[in-house]
Amino acid sequence: MPVMDFGDALNLALREEMRRDPRVYCIGEDIVLGVPFGVTKGLVDEFGPERVLNAPISEAAIVGSALGAAMTGLVPVVDMHFADFVTCAMDEVANQIAKSRYMFGGQVDCPLVLRMPYGIGRSGGGHHSNSVEAWFVNIPGLKVCIPSTPADARGLLKTAIRDPDPVLLFEHRGLYRVTGEVPEAEALVPLGAADVKRRGRDVTVIATARMVHEGLEAARRLAEEGVEVEVVDPRSLVPLDRETLAASVRRTNRVVIAEEGPMRGSTGAWLTWVIMEECFDDLDAPIARVAGPNIPIPFSPPLEKFATPDADAVVAAVRQVLK
Amino acid sequence: MYAGMLRVRLFEERVRELFAGGRIPGFLHTSVGQEAVAVGACAALRPDDYVLSTHRGHGHLVAKGGSLGGLMAELYGKANGICHGKGGTMHIADASVGYLGANGVLASGCVLAPGVGLSIRQRKSGQVVLTFFGDGAANRGPFHEGVNLAALWKLPVVFLCENNRWASTTAGALSAAGGSIARRAAGYGIPGDSVDGNDVLAVHDAVSRAVARARAGEGPSLVEAHTIRWVGHFEGDPQVYRGKDEVAEGRRTDPIARLEQTLRARALLDDAGARRIRDGITAEIDAAVAHAEASPLPEARDALTDLFAYYPWRD
Repeated sequence: MPVMDFGDALNLALREEMRRDPRVYCIGEDIVLGVPFGVTKGLVDEFGPERVLNAPISEAAIVGSALGAAMTGLVPVVDMHFADFVTCAMDEVANQIAKSRYMFGGQVDCPLVLRMPYGIGRSGGGHHSNSVEAWFVNIPGLKVCIPSTPADARGLLKTAIRDPDPVLLFEHRGLYRVTGEVPEAEALVPLGAADVKRRGRDVTVIATARMVHEGLEAARRLAEEGVEVEVVDPRSLVPLDRETLAASVRRTNRVVIAEEGPMRGSTGAWLTWVIMEECFDDLDAPIARVAGPNIPIPFSPPLEKFATPDADAVVAAVRQVLK
Repeated sequence: MYAGMLRVRLFEERVRELFAGGRIPGFLHTSVGQEAVAVGACAALRPDDYVLSTHRGHGHLVAKGGSLGGLMAELYGKANGICHGKGGTMHIADASVGYLGANGVLASGCVLAPGVGLSIRQRKSGQVVLTFFGDGAANRGPFHEGVNLAALWKLPVVFLCENNRWASTTAGALSAAGGSIARRAAGYGIPGDSVDGNDVLAVHDAVSRAVARARAGEGPSLVEAHTIRWVGHFEGDPQVYRGKDEVAEGRRTDPIARLEQTLRARALLDDAGARRIRDGITAEIDAAVAHAEASPLPEARDALTDLFAYYPWRD
């Protein structure tokens, strides 16, 4: 299988889907050059400026127009630039995109994708670094994906583009240059299908995006002590694959839930409830959580490091549930 | 257009009565007095053209040819309302006539419209999209973002400001800088027309010009139609913020009476004709009310349908 990085895998997915379906187009700020993460780089050469639309800095118009286009026959893929900026289009996401199909009694499909580059790293500071997926998990009417590997990124983006409903794809910007094998074949990843990234019998670590890699690192370290950690990646939060998560917990009887976003009101809090509901009798210890502190992401490197949940934190949480 | 305005007027008047009688839930914004804008604009559109509307949108839907029965049943919150009771007065759509949604959030249609324009251009369908918004909405960011984008990309969009002088209970003079919404068009390099919104022919002319430009690929236009809201912002609004003289002015400049006078002066309408039109519309509305009254309420569990087109999992 070819090896490529996460960003190139997304680029490949866009190319493949734009070739397959002439209704698909990309829109966003600076997407012709593919600034800043390179995901849309070169697409304009193949598909032209009518399908790779460099928009003005108008988040409300970019996202709102995507809904108008989606309701009338196109399939927009919006590049949100930095997910933090989605607040400038929050009405369009939360009130318009999420609700149109429902409020109109199913009269319109809304096949659009919002690509949400997000996450902590490299001193991006408070307006460029936050993990905001929990905001959207809380909005009925949106599907939310959060891949951790190049193959998943490509497969989920392709599925998202083909989905008749609005899908948000959270792309952790710290993963864009992470490499992995990507199948030659189309390899669509269905929404609502979790993936066991590592088998283990002692503890289940449920982790998303960058935290999957921190979880795998923690698992390697703990394996040296004879602790076998299973790492499960939900891959999509809405819909959620409860069955795979619960099956893992029934094998290990201990759970750590790891995410990067702030602890309070988070997706991890919801996953904790799901596990409690599905597997309360199977648990041998209270669920432990790894998450960011309840602060905006700060700028200075030591402050940013403090706000970054990592493999050390996962190791500590695993030890806690094993006590 | 005479029958069109009368249909909107009589529909809204009936809805007000039904609301006062407790038949319709929620809070209600009617467009009595503003009929010339809805009808003049929609008469300039083809049946397959699109409309995006506002929280005061019944008239726009009636003028676009939406089903009165489906609309009335939706206002009642009935299962066979056009949105199955999920939308209601402020969140209604009728995709079958190109009505892509009323909107509870001001100016949101102004950013949806460029996307509809993109889709029209991509599909080479020759359609046009018209978005209604109020003078209050013109002060929100999405108005400016949407006009800018549509102008930049020369999209087939008509921005139609229905200026009824009031942003809820705040006077336009106290909320819109510059004194004119139409003049804002100049900043985006597009035509900005200001018309008497109680003159259905003037509205029709201005919108027709804007539609022709849009269809010819020359880009968007902004039309500001000045009208008067005869009723409160919402039903039950005591209207302490404005004088009775404004409503009196509205009745003096009644767009329906005005067109009727013109038609009678040109011998295009007589008493019998006027009565026939009114009776026909009244019968349509009676049928719509009967349909809504006879319709079943949704089952509570129906609240869980229509969220996604495709969602086989539970959570």
